[in-house]
Amino acid sequence: MTRLVLGPFNRVEGDLEVTLDVVDGRVARAQVNAPLYRGFERMLEGRDPRDALVITPRICGICSISQSAAAARALGDAMGLSPTPQGAAMAALIHAAENVADHLTHFHLFFLPDFARPDYAGRPWHGRAVERFTAMEGSAQRAAVAARAELLHVMGLLAGKWPHTLAIQPGGVTRAPGLREKARLQATLRAFRRYLENVVFGGALEDFAALETVVGLMAWGRGDVGLFLEIAADLGLDDLGRGSGRYLSYGAYALDTGPVFARGVWNGGPGVFDPAQIREDLSHAWMRGEVAHPFEGMTEPDEGMAAPGYSWCKAPRLAGLGYEVGALARQVVDGHPLARALAGGGVLARVAGRLLELARTQAVMEALVAGIVPGAGFMARGRLPRQGAGGGLVEAARGALGHWLRIENGRIAGYQIIAPTTWNFSPRDAAGVPGPLEAALEGVEVGASGLSVQHVVRSFDPCMVCTVH
Amino acid sequence: MTTLLWLQASGCGGCTMSLLCAESPGALEMLADAGIRLLWHPALSVETGAEARAILEDVATGRKCLDILCVEGAIARGPAGTGRFQMLSGTGQSLMHWAGRLAARARHVVAVGSCAAYGGVTAAGGNPTDAVGLQNDGAHAGGLLPADWRSGSGAPVINVAGCPTHPGWVTETLMLLAAGEVPALDGYARPRFFADHLVHHGCPKNEFYEYKASARELSEIGCMMENLGCIGTQAVGDCNIRPWNGEGSCTRGGYPCINCTAPQFEDPAHAFVDTPKIAGIPVGLPTDMPKAWFMALASLSKAATPVRIDANAHADRVVVPPTLRKPR
Repeated sequence: MTRLVLGPFNRVEGDLEVTLDVVDGRVARAQVNAPLYRGFERMLEGRDPRDALVITPRICGICSISQSAAAARALGDAMGLSPTPQGAAMAALIHAAENVADHLTHFHLFFLPDFARPDYAGRPWHGRAVERFTAMEGSAQRAAVAARAELLHVMGLLAGKWPHTLAIQPGGVTRAPGLREKARLQATLRAFRRYLENVVFGGALEDFAALETVVGLMAWGRGDVGLFLEIAADLGLDDLGRGSGRYLSYGAYALDTGPVFARGVWNGGPGVFDPAQIREDLSHAWMRGEVAHPFEGMTEPDEGMAAPGYSWCKAPRLAGLGYEVGALARQVVDGHPLARALAGGGVLARVAGRLLELARTQAVMEALVAGIVPGAGFMARGRLPRQGAGGGLVEAARGALGHWLRIENGRIAGYQIIAPTTWNFSPRDAAGVPGPLEAALEGVEVGASGLSVQHVVRSFDPCMVCTVH
Repeated sequence: MTTLLWLQASGCGGCTMSLLCAESPGALEMLADAGIRLLWHPALSVETGAEARAILEDVATGRKCLDILCVEGAIARGPAGTGRFQMLSGTGQSLMHWAGRLAARARHVVAVGSCAAYGGVTAAGGNPTDAVGLQNDGAHAGGLLPADWRSGSGAPVINVAGCPTHPGWVTETLMLLAAGEVPALDGYARPRFFADHLVHHGCPKNEFYEYKASARELSEIGCMMENLGCIGTQAVGDCNIRPWNGEGSCTRGGYPCINCTAPQFEDPAHAFVDTPKIAGIPVGLPTDMPKAWFMALASLSKAATPVRIDANAHADRVVVPPTLRKPR
């Protein structure tokens, strides 16, 4: 047996270390370590509850809006307050713009550069991959950075700036757009659609979103997406790093009419999600305390970093089981036929799930802008209770994000956060059951370059700063 | 050719995300055009694992020349001074250890963001990980590096503060350094090209401020100084002179400036969105404003508030337009 310690594991958000036990060239056991602890949950204790809207977005510079949205929902839950319909729609638009920008950042900046490596020289697609996907220099990279910066003008207009806005509040949003803003938002989204259709997909987004089968997907053949699919077919990325097939989504973009993408679980078939069934297991985390629901949970770091702990990350479980979360999970739970066809898959399924969501979310953003009613109320008012509790469950780009808050004497008495990558990159639980990434890595052929492991890890689009917070 | 190494210490990575919002030209083109070569960046570079460790080791031992070290995020010193709350993965050493080794080799050291500069949000709420900035512990000089420390160029750590930093602040600092210019720094070692301005300068709520026509609740478009915790009249930054993400800023977004370019902004000793008051008078005064004059002018201007401004201040959009004047 050989032990490999992979780190610094870059082109992921934040700090990640992966330890592999390799037997006969294949991963026999994987351990995922989130090696950064900051203690956000502890920082919040004793503060005015509204401060969560300032502090929690700063957990993460790439999922900042998601953290805002979860905090606003948790406070709103404690207040018994819902945003106005137009306020909810603008919060959803801001949130969708971040998630779309994150999907693009992942695809081009984090995930694709590995295929431009010389290890793949000789593959029929390699020359094109070098030209398009080389880190920092590839033509697709630079186009993606430019398109992303322009898309984020949505933030300048509605959220002041990105990352780290205070625009999303329990009752809605702080800036009421008018007709002028509506026209400008439409211009920004039209430009982004042009980029997606001309460059990324090489075709109409509606055509991609209408794909129903994996065969149809693999025959797409256009744009950077087509080049990726060609690579995926050649390297067998569908079978690499397969997941459990269990998916969880809290439901994305809560409007007054319900979430845009459905809430639920998938385990070979659809199921109901019950938040009361969530527990965090600390057996292999450098954390003290017992298994608890996040309303009762605590964050007490074990400064001695004693075994069997091997990560600052806790292990969330739903009714005792680990779940994979993210764009693929959202689209599977939402019932999209292509996503359902990809369920249980590996690297290809996760990346294709993200691309599918990219195409679908553009239409969602356009509809939200078209629905802006200038003159409507964008903020509802409410008061914080002296005692209370609330949960805020949203979908970040990387999957299910939850905030659970307790208020005592008008102050934060407890604040627990479970981030998407806490689910995906969870360590083992007390029964020794590995987390989703650890399980997906088992059996992977490491090879001379180790690139297959890199592809599997990055296919989850981990956000390590959120993971431990 | 100027070499640049970027470390992500104990922070959120948001200053890199903000940097990628640079426009005209974009961040990657700007660096290349200025002759800046990234030796390694944790979010952008292809090198990973052993390849990345080799680059870091080459720089730390002086085999590779380092012109600019950018550090994003605070330095976690805990637990008990070991730095083990942030291990640089794959190296068995703390990020604190690496930051010290690499800073010693750099011609210039740039703290990108308020965490790297002063500790920032990573040091909030009792500072659970004993985090500090590179050369500041909050407002106190001396952090990971002592107060009298100087980089190879003879300059202290350059604090491009902000939470996050504006992409222009970072790119312009790097372009100046690449061109051989160390920007002039203020008393907290922030480049004066942005720190000589106040967030108040160019704030679209200035007319409301002039009359103390104040928003009472978030989403009202009046001035947020009196009730909603805005300290744009004290905070440094050209946020309202050059916009963010197209045409934004915090106050343009309808929420208060929380002074994120300043040391210790993370713990204001009151809720961020409340203005502390004594006998109904806001405690914090605009920078360089004598208190007696502020009180006198504020009461006078409040009494003189035009109906239009008073009505608009308490609405979520302009409800009363300016009166038209006919040309003579």
